[in-house]
Order: sequence, then C-alpha cells, then structure tokens
Amino acid sequence: MDERELICINCPLGCVLTVNTDKEGTVSVSGNTCPRGEAYGRTEVTDPRRTVTSTVRIQGERERVLPVKTAAAIPKGKIMECVEELGTIAVKLPVTAGDVIVKDIVGTGIPVIATKSFE
Amino acid sequence: MGNAEERRQDILIIGGGPAGLAAALSAREAGAERVLILERDRELGGILNQCIHNGFGLHTFREELTGPEYAARFTERVLRENIPFLTDTIVVGVERMENGRKLVTAMNRERGMFEIEAEAVILAMGCRERPRGALNIPGFRPVGIYSAGTAQRYVNIQGRMPGREVVVLGSGDIGLIMARRMTLEGAKVKAVAELMPYSGGLRRNIVQCLEDFGIPLKLSHTVVHISGRERVSGVTLARVDENRRPIAGTEEYISCDTLLLSCGLVPENELSRSLGVTINPVTSGPFVNESLETNIPGVFACGNVLHVHDLVDYVSEEAAAAGKHAAAYVRARERKENAVGGADASAGIRLRAGRGIRYTVPCALRLSHLEESQLIRFRVDDVYREVSLCVYFNDTRVESRKKRVMAPGEMEQIRLKKEQMESFHDLHTITLCIETEKDGGKEADASWMKEN
Repeated sequence: MDERELICINCPLGCVLTVNTDKEGTVSVSGNTCPRGEAYGRTEVTDPRRTVTSTVRIQGERERVLPVKTAAAIPKGKIMECVEELGTIAVKLPVTAGDVIVKDIVGTGIPVIATKSFE
Repeated sequence: MGNAEERRQDILIIGGGPAGLAAALSAREAGAERVLILERDRELGGILNQCIHNGFGLHTFREELTGPEYAARFTERVLRENIPFLTDTIVVGVERMENGRKLVTAMNRERGMFEIEAEAVILAMGCRERPRGALNIPGFRPVGIYSAGTAQRYVNIQGRMPGREVVVLGSGDIGLIMARRMTLEGAKVKAVAELMPYSGGLRRNIVQCLEDFGIPLKLSHTVVHISGRERVSGVTLARVDENRRPIAGTEEYISCDTLLLSCGLVPENELSRSLGVTINPVTSGPFVNESLETNIPGVFACGNVLHVHDLVDYVSEEAAAAGKHAAAYVRARERKENAVGGADASAGIRLRAGRGIRYTVPCALRLSHLEESQLIRFRVDDVYREVSLCVYFNDTRVESRKKRVMAPGEMEQIRLKKEQMESFHDLHTITLCIETEKDGGKEADASWMKEN
C-alpha cells in the first residue's frame, strides 16, 4: 500500500489529492473535486507525463533561436534527456510552425515540432 | 508617414501584443476602415513571443498552445485582413486636438519622427516588471541581476544564458517558469525566495516548475545581501517575520552568479498619463467605462495596460470589446453625434469595489451604451473560502452567489443584465462585495493557502 499526496495541476483550484496504490496495483484517488482530478492523480502515480517546451539553434544565426515543443506529453523522467538532445540540434530555415524537428525524441515515439515560423 | 491618407487614421492602436492584435481585428470587423497598429518591438505578438511554454488558449481555442502559437493565430488574421502595422516604431506622445481627434507622435529608424491623426486611440501597451525587488537590497550593483522577463527574452528569443547558478527572488508565474526554463538549459536553480508566506504564482506552476525539478521554494524569505562587485558571486537569504522584516540569525548564504527578480507587473501608462488619462491607483491602469473608454472620449484601453491579467484569453476578449467600442465611437463621430464620453463617474452608474474587492473594471456604466449584459472583471483582496459574492443596487442586495474559493491571484468576473439595471428605480451605484455566512461577523478565513 502506497499513499501519496499531490496537488492537482489541471486548474487553479489546486485540489490536494490523496492517491493510494494497493498491492495489486489498483489506484484510488480522493480529495478531487472533479473527474479530471481523478484522472490526473491516476496517471501521476502510474505514468507521470509533461509536455516539454524548449528551443533549438538555427544554422548560421546567432541572435535568435527556434521555439519547439513535444507534440504530446512525454514521460516525466525523460525531460532532461529530451532537452539535452535538443541542445545538439541546429535547424535550417525556413521553418513553419508545426514542422517536425525531431521525429522520435529519446525513444518516446513522440515528435518534437516547431512552434513558430521563421523565413 | 508618407502621404496624407496614411497620416489620417480612424483608429490608432498603440501596441501590437495580444491586446493590440485582438483590438485591431474586432475594430476592422466592426467596420472601421483605417486601422493602424504601432509596435515597439521588431515583430508583432508582444510578450507572447518569449513565452514559449504552453498553457495559452484553453478558453479561446480549447487547446493548449505555446505563446508563439497563440500569437500566430492573431497575427495571421491581421495579415489576412490587410490591417497595416509598423514595427520597430515607438510612440512618444499622444495629444488631444481641439476638434476631438488625437495627434500621435511616433518615431522609427526609417521615418524619424512623424505624426498621425486618429479619431480614436486604443491603449494596448501592456505592462512591465516591477523593479522594486532590486531597489531595497543593499550591496553593489554587479552584473548578473535580471528581471525574470529579461532573462526569458535572452534565453527564449536570443538563445543566450544569463548565468549558470541561479537564485530567483519572487514567486510570480514568470519567476517560476524561468526557474524551470533555466534548469532545462543546464543551469542550477538553487532556490526561489518569496517574501510573502504564500506564492504569488499559480499552484500548478509550483508543481510543474519547482517540484518536478526539486527546486526549493522558500516562503517568508527575502534577499538581504548581494555579494560580488563586478559579477554576482552569491546572495544572502533571511527569513522574515509577519511584518516582512528580516529576522536576525536566520541568514543563509547561497553562492550563485545570477539573481532573477519576479516581483509583480505594473501597467505601462506613461503615455496615458501625459495625455491626461485618469489612473486608478489600485490597478495602475486607467479608469474606464462600460465601453473600456477612459475619461478622455475616444481613448480606449485594454489588456495589461488596463489591469494585469492572468490569462491571455481574457486579454483577447477584453481587447475585442475595446476594438468594437472604438469602431462605434468613430461611426458616431462621423454621424456628428457628439458622443458624450469618458469614464466620468457622474455620467452614469458608478461601480464600487466594496468589502473584499480590490477593484472593478469598468468603474462606470452608461445605461444608454450598455449591451444586453455587461461583463465586470475584478479581483479580491485576500484568499476567501465558502463566501458569497454579492451585488448591491444602491442599498439593495440584488444578487448573491456562493463561491468555494476566491484568491487575489485569480481574476474573477460577473455578468450584469441591462434589463435588471434599467428596471431598478434611480440606480446610481452598483457595489460588489464579499459576504460570509453569518455576515457582519467574522472575516473570511484566509489561512489555508498560506500553509502552501
């Protein structure tokens, strides 16, 4: 039996959730005010994920960088690995927002895409 | 500007950030032909360009966008509508002409100093970071002290890191977001110190930006000394008492090369003041009426220059209203209707911030100019739980809504129906206030959030 206290990040209410995981791995959430809170509590203890936003360098440019994001949330434990890989990249212009910059970031199967267009 | 036609505008918008863009689009949609946006930076979009994190647009677009993506939704429409704009252009003065039009003086590299006449002006200059955090700290002024927003610009737009070992003073959202951002870029963020016993930032940001990365949040702490002569070499933190005074003996030295300040935002109203716009000392933004028009007829305000918002979605919505009202003002002037104007409280119904309410926007309503319902935005002055938000018409309570939780960090809103106002005899004052169950008695309990 494992008990964790979490603050729900879905909305500004910031409910304090208590999440219990029993021996069979069954998760129960209390303290939430809405179904989204329950879903957050559940994934947060089983497979916590975050969308990562960062920048990558642009070839031949020293005064500006390209903002990017993971197209979906990636496992929380892979965040630092993800930004380290992004640090090794320099893209060629032009780039349009939505263009895939990395097809599969650190083996998550999730692409990293540009969030801004540059000519 | 070049030719005489360009020199005369229906509506001139000062600022090409989220407020200016939404105002321009709605003014055009409402039929204003000659609309011009003046933007100080090198591109449209304002501060959104450096806010590369996500979480924007949930209300407007029902999806989570990053700042640049949210900005693009509006700039693309501005381009499609062929709404003219000038970037790298700064407005240095706005005056009222005798005929009621406004004379705007601007400058840029290409044209030097130039003047534009406009029927209406929309103030959309946004806000700037409060520098106060730095001023009370003794020590030299070494390199390495930045406002969080300045650091954000360096990192997210220019790709430069201000430093490697960081302490953040102030736990506003930009400070929290920069603590995470600097960490992702390889810096070590050693602590976020907050003078107050609770954070000024959203709880979700405390979780996502600090707890995810094990960054300590030191509540009731401040910086009492900055070490280093040429470059910051460390800061000394100390715990503060309930009067926010440092407690001797609690000092703790942290070595670092960078101190970021995130101590709040202040609307940027120098131009408004020089034009004679009356400023509300509570918001540091103009007093406005139901049309978001200031005390000067034909001068409108929206977005963070009016009051600091938490959500850009609300900025866009407010600015769209300002654009529409400005277009209506221009039409009325064309028809030679002398629009009686301004947020002069004597001209209509006064909106009063009662107990527990810091301010309301707008602060005056003209029945003749109301649409079917009127949106009132406001903030409370403390954290309240299980209270009622009450509306009084003169001395009569006409509405009471239960609220589970209200906090100063979250902007609130309420809609009032025109019909209800019209049918109330001799309505001169509307008061918003917070009441507890057994009212007149105990103040609402504000302790829960301070544990945070």
